[in-house]
Amino acid sequence: MSGAWIVVTVVGAATIASKAAGPVLVGRRQLPARLQACVDLLAPVMLVALVVTQTFAGGEEIQVDARVLGVGAAFIAIALRAPVIVAMAVAALVTALVRLAV
Amino acid sequence: MTDAAPPPRIRDGVRAGLALAPSPILFGLSYGVLADASGFGSAAAVVMSATTFAGAAQFASVSVLSGGTVAAAILAAVFLNARYVAISVTVSSIFPGGKLRRLVESQAIVDESWALSGRRGSFEWPILVGSGLLFYALWVLSTAAGTVVGGVLDDPNALGLDAAFAALFLALALPYLRERRAREAAALAAGIVLVLTPFAPAGVPIVAAAVACLLGLRR
Repeated sequence: MSGAWIVVTVVGAATIASKAAGPVLVGRRQLPARLQACVDLLAPVMLVALVVTQTFAGGEEIQVDARVLGVGAAFIAIALRAPVIVAMAVAALVTALVRLAV
Repeated sequence: MTDAAPPPRIRDGVRAGLALAPSPILFGLSYGVLADASGFGSAAAVVMSATTFAGAAQFASVSVLSGGTVAAAILAAVFLNARYVAISVTVSSIFPGGKLRRLVESQAIVDESWALSGRRGSFEWPILVGSGLLFYALWVLSTAAGTVVGGVLDDPNALGLDAAFAALFLALALPYLRERRAREAAALAAGIVLVLTPFAPAGVPIVAAAVACLLGLRR
């Protein structure tokens, strides 16, 4: 079984369980407030960790390269209220152009 | 006109979902393209869309696995989807029937169907399930369509697809960062990634960054 299939199986099972947790297990109860606060922070924490990795990590070192300009351009696009898909295209295009030029 | 609107039906949920249909179509397509182009495999991508059905975690799996280990990819995706425990708890009381039926129907929960179902002030089961079904069908079909395109690309990074991943995660993160506590936790997470990347195997810094969520324990 390749790595991708292991990821698909385990993440799939975990996600199905996460979505079912409330309706199947919890019923009408609430999560404790402090646990809820930690769960609420997980999404922004993981997303920003992914942004930093995807922008700066190259193998096992920090690299500042064409990606920084691409992601910077995407940030400007998002700030100008461009749809996410447009911001992704801007990032890809700017990065590819810088790579061509350098 | 009466004050009390009639209770919505499943087909009202499907209709409500149509307004947001471009989102699963475009993201499904780009997920299929990116997954296939970065070596995840087209069949694995389509099966993942059909079983996991959660965009950010699926993109994260592909992104982390392309440079890191299987374990790191799994943990990053599971941490991202932990929010579904909290989201599903908010709608736990609207699902009818026995446990098996609730298990199946709860899979219609995604960020968009959940948000739509609560738009009239209280969560409505037909809106959640109807829009969730529509999004599910579009998500799986667009992923399959995307993998056909992805197979044609030979060097995805030359096209800047690595930066496109980063832009997607940035766009998903920004709405959370309006809150001070989320900004602090996110800054800590970014710091952890930057410090650990030169020393730890690829993927490990992302997983380690999850400890930043413990800032939520502060009162």
